[in-house]
Amino acid sequence: MFNPLESAPPLWHNGPVPGAFYNFPGTQRIPAANPITHTQSPVTTSTSIIAITYDKGVLIAGDLVASYGSLARYRNCPRVIEVNPNIILGAGGDYADFQYVKSFIEQKIIDEDCLDDGLKMKPKSLYCWLTRIMYQRRSKLDPFWNNLVVGGLQDGVPFLGTIDKLGTAYTDKVICTGYGAHIALPILRDALDKKTNLNLNDAKALIKRCMEVLFYRDARSFPKYQLGIIDKDDGVKIEGPLTVEENWNIAYMT
Amino acid sequence: MMMQTEMNAYYPDYSTAPIQRQINPYADNGGSVVAIAGNDFVVVGADTRLSSGFSIYTRNQNKLFPMSDTTVLGCAGCWCDTLTLTRILKSRMQMYQQEHNKQMSTTACAQMLSTMLYYKRFFPYYISNILVGLDNEGKGCVYSYDPIGHCEKATYRAGGSAGALLQPLLDNQIGQKNLVKPSSEDLSQEKALAILKDVFIAAAERDIYTGDSVLINIITKDGTKVETFELRKD
Amino acid sequence: MSYVLCPEIPAPGFSFDNCKRNATLESKGFAVPKAIKTGTTIVGITYKDGVILGADTRATEDTTVADKNCEKIHYLAPNMYCCGAGTAADTEMTTQMVAAQLELHKLYTNRESRVATANQLLKQYLFSYQGYIGAALILGGVDIEGPHLYMIHPHGSSVDLPYGTMGSGSLAAIAVFELGWKPDMEEEAGVQLVRDAIAAGIFNDLGSGSNVDICVIRKGSVDYKRTYDEANKKGVKQGSYKYPRGTTAVLSTKVLDVEEVSVTPIEAERMDVV
Repeated sequence: MFNPLESAPPLWHNGPVPGAFYNFPGTQRIPAANPITHTQSPVTTSTSIIAITYDKGVLIAGDLVASYGSLARYRNCPRVIEVNPNIILGAGGDYADFQYVKSFIEQKIIDEDCLDDGLKMKPKSLYCWLTRIMYQRRSKLDPFWNNLVVGGLQDGVPFLGTIDKLGTAYTDKVICTGYGAHIALPILRDALDKKTNLNLNDAKALIKRCMEVLFYRDARSFPKYQLGIIDKDDGVKIEGPLTVEENWNIAYMT
Repeated sequence: MMMQTEMNAYYPDYSTAPIQRQINPYADNGGSVVAIAGNDFVVVGADTRLSSGFSIYTRNQNKLFPMSDTTVLGCAGCWCDTLTLTRILKSRMQMYQQEHNKQMSTTACAQMLSTMLYYKRFFPYYISNILVGLDNEGKGCVYSYDPIGHCEKATYRAGGSAGALLQPLLDNQIGQKNLVKPSSEDLSQEKALAILKDVFIAAAERDIYTGDSVLINIITKDGTKVETFELRKD
Repeated sequence: MSYVLCPEIPAPGFSFDNCKRNATLESKGFAVPKAIKTGTTIVGITYKDGVILGADTRATEDTTVADKNCEKIHYLAPNMYCCGAGTAADTEMTTQMVAAQLELHKLYTNRESRVATANQLLKQYLFSYQGYIGAALILGGVDIEGPHLYMIHPHGSSVDLPYGTMGSGSLAAIAVFELGWKPDMEEEAGVQLVRDAIAAGIFNDLGSGSNVDICVIRKGSVDYKRTYDEANKKGVKQGSYKYPRGTTAVLSTKVLDVEEVSVTPIEAERMDVV
């Protein structure tokens, strides 16, 4: 509640006090000499990203919900994007941070286009650049609360890498973030152990199954998702919204 | 007229007071590094598991960074710091090369690393570093560091998540400590390599952050040879 | 006061004697010793003829492996076994105690124990300790009502499910079940599915490792397959680390003669009887 005793003197005699019109309940800070203390944490969040390389490219999948705590607040939040004809990007974590990161990635691509040198950024360059951005923000103790997954074709060779909010970065043939790292990654690793060189259809079928299992077990997930594909022959495609084929029969057992 | 600081208490949006935030900028990504030096060689190995908490990020992460033809740096600990430190180090090596038209010596690189770590004394790079190479006489040498730049020269060293587990073993097997009849012959490259591999097998048995495989660099005057060796994957 | 001839009978239940002392020590900065946790992937499924339980065999103490081949499938009754995750001592003692109670109950009633009884005993015991007994259990067995599988949480809640997993590797294992579990599976397929679920935990969760233990419980028979699968082979060492005789220095030697002593037994005096 607005407390006139703790506020600044009125703007003119008997006039309104500054802040009198925008002090809403619960937003008041205790005026003291202490520094402002607040924990930075994500607000509107999205969950897992799962990604896999196959013989001719990379797949990145992420669902469409952005949660507000445990509330499934926004149900159409795309987070798998085409960066340029060489690169696709998926992101999990704070959705506002993602939109901000996305905006300056897009600006970077425009800047590079303006050079008009006929060169397109390659995935490794974007991956490396994002690593520095994420590390710089964590060093200010004000990180972008995201897990970024960069996929693309590096001179025709599939590339897949990830960066977390600290700037921890690595590349691998399969990458999952969030709950996916615990639930989908074991499935994908096992499939890759059994068959090392997947084709597009194998990879798509695997992603589909993983999204289904994630929907069963991750309470912040959603049955609608996007699938980003970058293929040596067919280029970039962002498919979706795709629907998870769900079957809850066994939930009715016992 | 009110004091500026007093005013800010009423207008928190315009506060110049320090902002306190609570995030942990560090992560423990595990990993072990072991280095053994001989008279004309040095071997260094690092496991290839990158992990966090109870999860494995990747089973195939190189943690050995070549600095020059005769110098290699092995890193374990906070991976985002490792990426940053090694990138700066590499560019410093290149700047030296272009300025002096020769490669930086292992000893100089060791000193530079210490300085660079201490530069970040109050926001350290959380890395256990082991720098190996051949010195100006061609002898193998090992330098180990704490996260804030203390440097110690040795002939063998274990660091990282299984460091405390392995160092006593190396003390006994390489340093010939607590033996009544220490062997007098020089350490051969084959013996050093065999012990290095065995030591990693032992670490993978007992340390959950060590496993998957070991990447080994063998540095002699003829150059660096790279070898891999499989470990258990659980 | 207690004497040798008249020992004091300790009160039943836990002793809380040192709680206050320990709290004081802790507040003064004394490090509390860590208990061994079993980290663990444990799973259970129901199949056509009964239930199959599975577990890995790694016990961890922080980031070091404390036991490379521990047993996590505990005996409860001839028709019932129980997988335990969490604090090793708690899972061990809780299951032992309930096993004793079930045995007594069986002798008293002269009937085969029911899985629901064991579930009730376990959850009531755990609930009374409000989660301080860190035992997460998967209880499985076959009784007159057929096969049953219960997941019991440390705070005392339990659920009856056709398949389930617990422990730090539970997410990896549940993914395998979500893909592969079907109602009325054959035993061979069931055992394979349980192995795969445990293997997913072993390879993807650092708190789980080493081997796969499996226990198949059918109507009237149990098949406990200890070390069903060695998921990881230990590396072969290249050198020999046997220390030759004389490695440990003998600094000095002293020989003492044994004195001969004679013993005379004295007969105990009779007690005065009033």
